[in-house]
Amino acid sequence: MSALLPLLVGLPLAGALACGILHARVLVRRHRDPEAAANEALVGGIATGSVAVAFFVAVLLTIRLLSLPPEHRRFEADLGTWIDAGRLKVPARLLLDPLSALMTLVVSGVGALIHLYSIGYMRRDPGFARYFAYLNLFVAAMLLLVLGANLPLTFVGWEGVGLCSYLLIGFWYEKGGPADAGLKAFVVNRIGDAGFLLGIFLLHRELGALDYASVNEAARSGLLPANAATGAALLLFCGAVGKSAQIPLQVWLPDAMAGPTPVSALIHAATMVTAGVYLVGRLHVLFLAAPAVLLVVGLVGGGTALLAGFGALAQRDLKKALAYSTISQLGLMFLGEGAGAFDAGIAHLVTHAFFKALLFLAAGSVIHALGGEQDLARMGGLARRLPATFLCFLAGAWALSGLPPFAGFFSKDEILGGALHGAGAPVLGALGFAASFLTALYSYRLVYLVFSGRENFEGRPHESPALLLHPMRALAALSFVGGALAWIPIWNRRPIAEFLAPVFGGNEAGGGAEHVLVAVLSLAVAFVGFLLARRLWMDRGLAGERALARLPLWRVAAAGGVLDAFYRGTVVRAARVLAIACGVFDLFVVDGAVNGIGRAASAAGETLRLLQNGKVQAYAIGVAAAAGALLLAAFLLGGTR
Amino acid sequence: MSVPAAHVYALGAALFAFGLAGFIMRRNLLVVLLSLELMFNGALVTLVGAAREHRDPEPSTFGLFVVFLAAVEVSVGLALVIALFRLRQTLDPDAAAELRG
Repeated sequence: MSALLPLLVGLPLAGALACGILHARVLVRRHRDPEAAANEALVGGIATGSVAVAFFVAVLLTIRLLSLPPEHRRFEADLGTWIDAGRLKVPARLLLDPLSALMTLVVSGVGALIHLYSIGYMRRDPGFARYFAYLNLFVAAMLLLVLGANLPLTFVGWEGVGLCSYLLIGFWYEKGGPADAGLKAFVVNRIGDAGFLLGIFLLHRELGALDYASVNEAARSGLLPANAATGAALLLFCGAVGKSAQIPLQVWLPDAMAGPTPVSALIHAATMVTAGVYLVGRLHVLFLAAPAVLLVVGLVGGGTALLAGFGALAQRDLKKALAYSTISQLGLMFLGEGAGAFDAGIAHLVTHAFFKALLFLAAGSVIHALGGEQDLARMGGLARRLPATFLCFLAGAWALSGLPPFAGFFSKDEILGGALHGAGAPVLGALGFAASFLTALYSYRLVYLVFSGRENFEGRPHESPALLLHPMRALAALSFVGGALAWIPIWNRRPIAEFLAPVFGGNEAGGGAEHVLVAVLSLAVAFVGFLLARRLWMDRGLAGERALARLPLWRVAAAGGVLDAFYRGTVVRAARVLAIACGVFDLFVVDGAVNGIGRAASAAGETLRLLQNGKVQAYAIGVAAAAGALLLAAFLLGGTR
Repeated sequence: MSVPAAHVYALGAALFAFGLAGFIMRRNLLVVLLSLELMFNGALVTLVGAAREHRDPEPSTFGLFVVFLAAVEVSVGLALVIALFRLRQTLDPDAAAELRG
């Protein structure tokens, strides 16, 4: 059975290669015919098919996994030795256990739907095949990240998704802005990645083993000294902060919206940005062995959830509002994990993948219909024009806001329940509830601004074709039933938590009456948020927030927080000064030395040339003078002998 | 009776010095060649004087070489001077300065 495991990574990789070759063919043909385009049906079919087949393989493997007794639920596929250098031995081994199986299902399932959507969305783009090559490569890298059985292998996937993110954010690089945004995402991620690498080094020095099973076992048994565990957990969390866009490295995600909208849905909402959440879950024993770091995880997550919630509220750009919302929801996942409710964090990751991908796809459909318009002030009243898109967006926003019966309510509830039980309960709980309130507020703000009230756009928008709508409908259905994966109140069952129990152990996060209390509280908070949003924005457009927009806090939130300006003033400026200094050094010192040597040689030649006057007797004077000088020297220095 | 070695060396040195001065200063290539011969002979006298003083045949052997070399040199040198004269119609050594840098 585990022989099928490499297929999960191999299929999308093969798809990426095929699409890349097809794109190369297009480029060659374009020399003769500038209008040459890829065979879109073929490229889209290969790309979507490879991911869809990977999804079915994942389903098959998961069913087999479930047929095993809980403590034996793991498949491993050994693909030989990757690194064998002295003390460092890294096998190329893939691991499928409940956690990675769940992630694989989400990545390949949501990925396949978004591939399908992209065929319609990217129609007639000159880079069609290139787009799908990148997107398939991304899925391959993401599955490697998830399935890698040790940290270095995960790191390869980690860097791979970072690369694809860079390539896809800057997909329309001719426009300049997207290229800069891609660069920003890449550079900011490097900071986190440096921490990730240092964490790997530290673990290697302390343990010599880097596979998850050994690291978790060493942390459990106390083989890993407490301060080493703290250091390693903190460094690895740095990587998670970068990849999952948490404060203080969240600045890249809003800019990443410069890429095509399906990319925002797949990479910057559903999958890649959740890699940090996955990593913390994967190494949960290590984090449990470092309670201080776990608290940091919770606080960073909670703080991010709150601040990014404000950010989402104040945006005027539809996609940026969704980006801030993603940051905020990722913060909630970290908050849950920080409180020790790892299964709740992962459960929210899964439902969030459904409804946030849905929201982005629906936003893409709106943007598509309006001919590229993303400004919320130039929308409104679209519910009548785009009824199917409206229903899908509403489903996504409903799920996001945390109102039942949609998915967000159940998974968010799990997190809030966990937050009230874990370490730092009052603070984390308060942060969680505040973020939930903001979530409901900004979710319905978007719904009302885009779909209700006066029509502020030009032209006559038409509903998107079926190829765009079907994946959205599928995700809407998942957003509806997905909540049942997190918590089924009637039977008080938690399918995801139970499925993950072999990984996380059966940590029971509350139950019975207490859980109902949390549910009622979170429901009330979300409902108040909804009512407030309805009062402020329904049928009123941006006029509803005119009073709010005067608040300085609002303006700070709209500008994306002060961090961007702070980085521009410090890090970017320092880097620029350093670059100028290096340029000056290069120009004057390095180039000066090189040119100076040349100039000195040439000047010496010019001068010494004069001695070479071609007159034999002048040379003879030189010879005689030299001989005389030598004689004199021998006479003076050699003494008498 | 015997001549003191110092006198022999002084003679050699004087011959060499006159030769050198002539080589450097004369403006006629034939005389320059003659001055060269004078330097050879200064060296030769010194070598022979040394052989006599030390009762050692070795410097004399070098002296013989000097004689041979002088003969060879003068034949080549004269040939060059004649060739140069044919080319330039002058015996001024400064006239052939094409190798000026």
